Amino acid sequence: MAEPMKIRATLQVDTADVRILMLHPMETGQRKDSKGAVVPMHFIQNVVVTHNGKTVLDAQWSQAISRNPFLGLRVKGARAGDKISVTWTDNKGDKRTDEVAVAAPS
Amino acid sequence: MNQLRRTFLKFSGAALAVGAGLLKSGAALAAVWNKAAFESKAVADALKNLGAPNLIESKDITITAPDIAENGAVVPIAVTSKIPNTQSISIIAEKNPFPLSSTFDIANGAEGYVSTRLKMGETSNVRAVVKADGKFYTAVKEVKITIGGCG
Repeated sequence: MAEPMKIRATLQVDTADVRILMLHPMETGQRKDSKGAVVPMHFIQNVVVTHNGKTVLDAQWSQAISRNPFLGLRVKGARAGDKISVTWTDNKGDKRTDEVAVAAPS
Repeated sequence: MNQLRRTFLKFSGAALAVGAGLLKSGAALAAVWNKAAFESKAVADALKNLGAPNLIESKDITITAPDIAENGAVVPIAVTSKIPNTQSISIIAEKNPFPLSSTFDIANGAEGYVSTRLKMGETSNVRAVVKADGKFYTAVKEVKITIGGCG
């Protein structure tokens, strides 16, 4: 089962700085295991980030994104306490959604 | 008995139809994964499949990436677009087996900024393609790779 994401959303004036770390093997389909068999492709294809339910980023990825992918974005007009939700879907149909509230600047 | 079976079949048929309908609408919500573009092996083909054969060089796009990346498996790349109405940002590693790495569709107040980490097989140009108001803009930065990250 998919591991939870680490999401940080921090407010900077009127912009939320969102940083997401997903845990995923992101296999390219080019690597071979110790027996010489090709490790099949397994990667996140789609990531959707929403801000209070509205989609702010809809990403399509290939296998060229690194293992345990990082994604950073900035959302204008955000306020402390706003909900940032992230959903990824991989090429095997696995899904994971996590949500955080935007933190006030410390 | 027979009658019951008939009703059951009818019912399950209807349920299947509803299920299929749901699946379809679910897929329509998320952007369709651009298989043709992601499986293109040449940069020109990838651009064509993105619908962006003609690019305008722009100084308003900044690619933040290391000049020399020691580990090709993890190359941090950030793209900032100051072009108004930026709709999408795509990142292309020109010498990767499949050059197009990612496309980010931006909406509802997200800034023209994304940051991620790429795998790169060898030293190559990283090209950012920004779509704004239906036009495509581009910028390039070379990243030297010490150890490739595609194997």
